[in-house]
Amino acid sequence: MIDLLAIAAFNAAYAEAIDSDSLERWPAFFCADCHYRITNLENERDGLPAGIVWADSRAMLEDRIAALREANIYERHRYRHLLGLPLIETADAHCATARTPFVVARIMHTGESGLFATGVYRDRFVNLDGRLLLAERVAVCDSTVTDTLLALPL
Amino acid sequence: MSHSMGESLAGQRPVHWKSERLTRVPFALYADPDVAAREQRRIFRGEVWNYLCLEAEIAEPGRFRTTFVGETPVVVVRDDDGEIYAFENRCAHRGALIALEKSGRADDFQCVYHAWTYNRRGDLVGVAFENGVKGKGGMPSTFCKDAHGPRRLRVARFCGLVFASFSEDVPDIDDYLGDEIAGRIERVLHKPVEVIGRFTQALPNNWKLYVENVKDSYHASLLHLFFTTFELNRLSQKGGVIVDPSGGHHVSYSMIDKGAQDGDSSYRDQALRSDSDRYRLRDPSVLTGFSEYDDGITLQILSVFPGFVLQQIQNCLALRQVLPKGVARTELNWTYLGYVDDTAEQRTVRLKQSNLVGPAGFISMEDGAVGGFVQRGIAGADDHDAIVEMGGEGTGSSEARATETSVRGFWKAYRRLMDE
Repeated sequence: MIDLLAIAAFNAAYAEAIDSDSLERWPAFFCADCHYRITNLENERDGLPAGIVWADSRAMLEDRIAALREANIYERHRYRHLLGLPLIETADAHCATARTPFVVARIMHTGESGLFATGVYRDRFVNLDGRLLLAERVAVCDSTVTDTLLALPL
Repeated sequence: MSHSMGESLAGQRPVHWKSERLTRVPFALYADPDVAAREQRRIFRGEVWNYLCLEAEIAEPGRFRTTFVGETPVVVVRDDDGEIYAFENRCAHRGALIALEKSGRADDFQCVYHAWTYNRRGDLVGVAFENGVKGKGGMPSTFCKDAHGPRRLRVARFCGLVFASFSEDVPDIDDYLGDEIAGRIERVLHKPVEVIGRFTQALPNNWKLYVENVKDSYHASLLHLFFTTFELNRLSQKGGVIVDPSGGHHVSYSMIDKGAQDGDSSYRDQALRSDSDRYRLRDPSVLTGFSEYDDGITLQILSVFPGFVLQQIQNCLALRQVLPKGVARTELNWTYLGYVDDTAEQRTVRLKQSNLVGPAGFISMEDGAVGGFVQRGIAGADDHDAIVEMGGEGTGSSEARATETSVRGFWKAYRRLMDE
């Protein structure tokens, strides 16, 4: 049975990987044929499928990190994720769906620090050989506005 | 002639260009509040057509959206006659917003403050307690509702795009766009589209810095390193920049050069390839598209003065609306599109390719930040100029893309309207 503690611990490790700049570890939280999307509440309400990030494979997530490291140009910054308790919707030994609220602060290299995004992860977890992995994570931002750019993942 | 503060208050030019040439752009234009106020009057509420929305977004009678013309809030709505009307989103009474939602359906619009009511054409049709209560109070009998209302805008529709203007003097939309720009819009919007997502990017810079960025074909391969880093062969490409006679509209495009392609079989089967394992996309499906235009054009970025962009990057279609929010802040509204008759597979391709654009786009995220670098860089340089001389001094169309011709074109149109 996938339980609250397992999902909360998973989320803590997920956030720590991003916030500590261990971005190369981030794709490994997903299955090979996962879906990951960053969108907003209005698109979800209106049934609009696009994302500002839209991936249907772990390889696409790896490519995004490679692009951030090697190709894309942005000012140095970090995130600090604060994740709420998961609200578990369904769970059994193999599969679980849950919603977890997030608050992400962005800390610029200049020292400027501010609220960057709030929202909820809509998740589907699977248990693969005893390891919890994300089959789907849709980060639904509460606001439709993204400040400047979104480089690091949510 | 010197320009004092007194002159700017009197409606005179607040910033002085050093010459008639378009190759030196005063940095003060990006930071001066008097310039920004004058732009609202002379550009956004002047002789231009401003993009408001897609017809498809207000398809049925009563459907409306609220948006902006520059910083002026407007309502755009379809009435029972099928026509589209646009009027200022400002109650004639005390000036409050008439419609608060971004979109919806309405039989009429009622201001929440004192319940003054407007029909879908912006006519004032109801004043609460107009005749007072029990014969006391109320408006004077001389008050004429027909004489009061929010300003109405002219509306023009082109290829499913809805434009509006405060000006009675602006040419009809076909003349405003001109044949060449119109044809390039029709090329993409030749059949019905539908919205597949909306995102807003808040840019930490003056609106003109983003518009210049869109028109600047010089920066693309220098700032955006995604394609070069992953050694993505973009085939042998040719292209160019089209600038319309007013200077304000442009198209930059690239296309497969069939002559070069035929001579090299390695280009034949795939749109990307790298001999280096180090930087190779693990899932190249992000760039795997399908051919849907028979002219071989793989990228077309089109702008309509002052702040509208139509984008085709491979199969990724989007509209961008550039809205100033004060001197040093801009909102960029992205509307991602698909065709109504897309197959499921085609739609998936568009969703995947949307990773290239938007606030997190592989080839566009830098554009969200670079305007801010300029805005921060020019603090203290209000008597200095930017250099816009790549490709010479002209504003004509060009087969080279290492040129700033369409940026100069923007300033040509801008100076005419601003009377600078």
